[in-house]
Amino acid sequence: MTEADLVAVVLFLGISAYAVFGGADFGAGFWDLLAGGAERGREPRALIEDAIGPVWEANHVWLIFVLVVLWTAFAETFASIMLTLFVPLSIAALGIVLRGAGFAFRKVVPDVAEQRIFGGAFAISSVVVPYCLGAVVGGVVSGRVPTGGTAGDRWASWINGSSIVGGLLAVTVCAYLAAVFLASDAHRLGERHLVGYFRRRAIGAAMVAGVLALAGYFVMKEDAVHLHRHLTDRALPLVIVSTVCGVITLTLLLRDSLRWARFFAIGAVATVVWGWGVAQWPYLLPTSLTVEQGAAPSGTLTAVIVVTVVAAVVIFPSLGLLYVLDQRNRLEAAPARDDETLAAVVSSPAAGTDDSGRPGDRG
Amino acid sequence: MLLAVDPLPWARAQMAFTLGVHIILVPLGVAWAFMILVAERRAMKHDDADARLLARRWSKVLAVTFAVGAVTGTVLTFEFGLLWPRFMGRFGDAFGIPFAIEGLFFFLEAIFLAIYIYGWDRLPPRMHWWSGVPIVVSGIGGTASVIAANAWMNQPAGFRLNAAGKVESVQPLKVIFNRAFPYETIHMLIAAYLVGGFLIASVYAFAMLRGRRDRYHRLGFLIPFTIAAIAAPLQMVVGDFVARAVYHDDPTKFAAIELVTRTGDHVPETLGGYLDSHGRLHGGIRIPDVASLLSGYSVNTKIEGLRAVAARDRPTFAQANVVHLAWDLMLGLGTALALLSVWFGLTWWRKKDLPKTAWFLRAATVAGVASVLALEAGWVVTEVGRQPWIVRGFMRVSSGVTSDSGVWITFLVVLVVYLAVAAATIFVLRSMARRWREGQDTVGPYAPDPGRPAAAGQEGK
Ligand code: HDD
Ligand code: HEM
Ligand code: HEM
Repeated sequence: MTEADLVAVVLFLGISAYAVFGGADFGAGFWDLLAGGAERGREPRALIEDAIGPVWEANHVWLIFVLVVLWTAFAETFASIMLTLFVPLSIAALGIVLRGAGFAFRKVVPDVAEQRIFGGAFAISSVVVPYCLGAVVGGVVSGRVPTGGTAGDRWASWINGSSIVGGLLAVTVCAYLAAVFLASDAHRLGERHLVGYFRRRAIGAAMVAGVLALAGYFVMKEDAVHLHRHLTDRALPLVIVSTVCGVITLTLLLRDSLRWARFFAIGAVATVVWGWGVAQWPYLLPTSLTVEQGAAPSGTLTAVIVVTVVAAVVIFPSLGLLYVLDQRNRLEAAPARDDETLAAVVSSPAAGTDDSGRPGDRG
Repeated sequence: MLLAVDPLPWARAQMAFTLGVHIILVPLGVAWAFMILVAERRAMKHDDADARLLARRWSKVLAVTFAVGAVTGTVLTFEFGLLWPRFMGRFGDAFGIPFAIEGLFFFLEAIFLAIYIYGWDRLPPRMHWWSGVPIVVSGIGGTASVIAANAWMNQPAGFRLNAAGKVESVQPLKVIFNRAFPYETIHMLIAAYLVGGFLIASVYAFAMLRGRRDRYHRLGFLIPFTIAAIAAPLQMVVGDFVARAVYHDDPTKFAAIELVTRTGDHVPETLGGYLDSHGRLHGGIRIPDVASLLSGYSVNTKIEGLRAVAARDRPTFAQANVVHLAWDLMLGLGTALALLSVWFGLTWWRKKDLPKTAWFLRAATVAGVASVLALEAGWVVTEVGRQPWIVRGFMRVSSGVTSDSGVWITFLVVLVVYLAVAAATIFVLRSMARRWREGQDTVGPYAPDPGRPAAAGQEGK
């Protein structure tokens, strides 16, 4: 394995991490959008907010990581994708702004009308962004991104069969992951009827994802020949593993064994991304630019590998710490809401008393 | 269907605008975490309830501004590709390296910020405090990495171009530790603490002017203001050093800064003034010999003029005017802020108290905005002073830009979205402040629900 191959593997690991963790956060926004009116949707929205609040920013950094590795190690690929797919990527960038800002703002405003506006921005862009990113992947795998500094078709590169399936599949997969995660969060927090609520949605999303995958099979047969061929031969094992994981997740959901369901859901999604990578190999841009041709000089690749190793040593334990604290309820549900006891202090700051004794006694 | 408009001016405008917005949030992300830790430590050591309340509230506001900083930073990441694909395609191999390192720091910052903010009542106090330390460290590391990338655009190093113009033989350490890296980094880091300090202190100065002079507000003023008051005089010294470095490393930028067109010695320092389209200097106050004196400690120091370089390889006279104006602004504001700091320092040293006059609080209120202006002005000096190069001496801005003719549309959309986000941010922060004044609490999404067993209530189960 060359250095370039190794960095390509790192890139795909980054993409799969973003698909799983970032994806689940987007999917939570999808369910937030569909949760209904203020009254009806209050409980699921509260759960969604608690679930993604502490983790979404860290999860979001995977996207930065992917972009940075791409532009450093495979600069021409990055430039070509950005040049051709200018429109969906611009929409995605702005969608990310609205989503992050909307989410952060909703949490700290008191008024329902205000919460609606910010919540709407958060939820709608949580659907738009994964659609655009999925459409971009569709444009890439179907060979619509030329190399050499010329732009491909500004519209057809992302409005085509593969892109549409890619976009819809991305939205659905995010929704699926989120529903599984939220069901098990609800289970952990003892909110019985939300378990059922999200379990039904997880199953529904899984069905839709299955149908879309099947549709994708037929679309790509004509439209993304290289990928299609190899998804059905050398990447087939991964496709099978993914399907098996998906089925196990469904079974676990139905049997109420929520503890393990999320791990199989993660497996189902990560293996799809790896399958995409294996099927596309050795191309970065099928079928015009290979990993070898598109790779940066060795010094740069070494730097990226060193950074990755440091990340593995420093970032993974930190991320692990964050997730563990979160799962053990060591992180607060919603920091902006914990001011009750502060209220007394606030009105007469100088006479402030110790305000640390509040947790746990609210419920 | 689309108007085919030259993307270049729009791409420049969009890059400048989005960077100009992001950079306002950066000092908060970098310096505020430090101030929060100072306050929390004080709370722990002296059992100081005011300090604890400040630390708590600051961390909640930081959560909001950090989110805005993160998403605006993400836009910048996309923009490098969307607006400058030819630049990235050709130089990403080298330019990208510092950003790869920056990614590490972003991860750490986002992770520990979450642990810190959400861990307030759940983690043991000591552990909670320590969970804030990586935020401070990664703020500094992240800044150094991004600045390394910017410094590399000014002083490219650590690579060769082969016959086909492709980057080869990249030496990552030389890319990162380029000539401009040390001075740009130190100057920016001090700027971050300076701006963060003055900005936060200005809120409390304003409140004190309005009569809220209790201990809580005083402390909220003193912690950030002290930090800024240390940074501001220091920044003068560092800035002086930076200016001399630019004189040596990038004489053309220096000529634009000083509005010098013809090479010579005994160059006066020009305050104000502008060049007309023929390069003649109009207006302004000229202090004899001072520019030469400052650049080389001697009136005989020679300063290279703009005309020493072919017109197509240096900033236009109009751009030089922008650089010079921004330079004057940075210097003027920097000096004023340093004087304000000295006033504060002397009074504190003698009386252990703030200057009594309301003028001090008025000045401190204005200092917040003034420091942001100085920061923006400094960046205009750096960026416009580099024109016409995107990578100095290697690639022109016009060769780096995208070919997509729709950039004017994205620019307008970005403008609208950012203005909306800015308005919403201000609205949200004000609403938080008002509720805190009234001692109110926020509630969950979509209407109050006291009945819902929040996660916090699950502990005992
Ligand atoms: C609060 C902010 C602030 C203040 C008070 C000052 N600066 Fe500054 N300056 C910046 C904030 C800044 C900056 C952070 O915006 C820049 C842009 C790029 C950089 O590295 O720092 C900058 C750039 C910058 C440059 C261009 C560097 C380059 O292009 O490589 C010079 C020569 C100076 N500064 C010099 C000074 C001097 C002599 C000051 C004395 C008063 C001063 N600055 C105060
Ligand atoms: C690490 C930080 C930064 C990097 C890597 C960076 C990079 C760039 C790039 C690639 C361009 C377009 C090419 C060019 O015009 O030279 C640009 C232009 C510009 N940037 Fe920066 N920038 C940084 C920080 C900033 C900040 C914080 C500001 C704040 C105001 C700023 C202001 C500008 C302006 C005004 C332009 C337009 C210059 C012109 O076209 O005349 N930059 N920057
Ligand atoms: C003067 C230059 C810059 C400095 C000092 C700086 C520093 C920072 C800091 C401290 C943060 C943390 C968020 C916050 O506190 O607001 C941040 C966020 C971010 N910045 Fe910048 N930045 C600069 C310019 C840029 C540029 C040119 C880019 C483009 C690549 C960029 C990309 C990002 C990204 C992607 C984030 C989000 C990270 C996250 O998700 O946590 N920044 N920046």
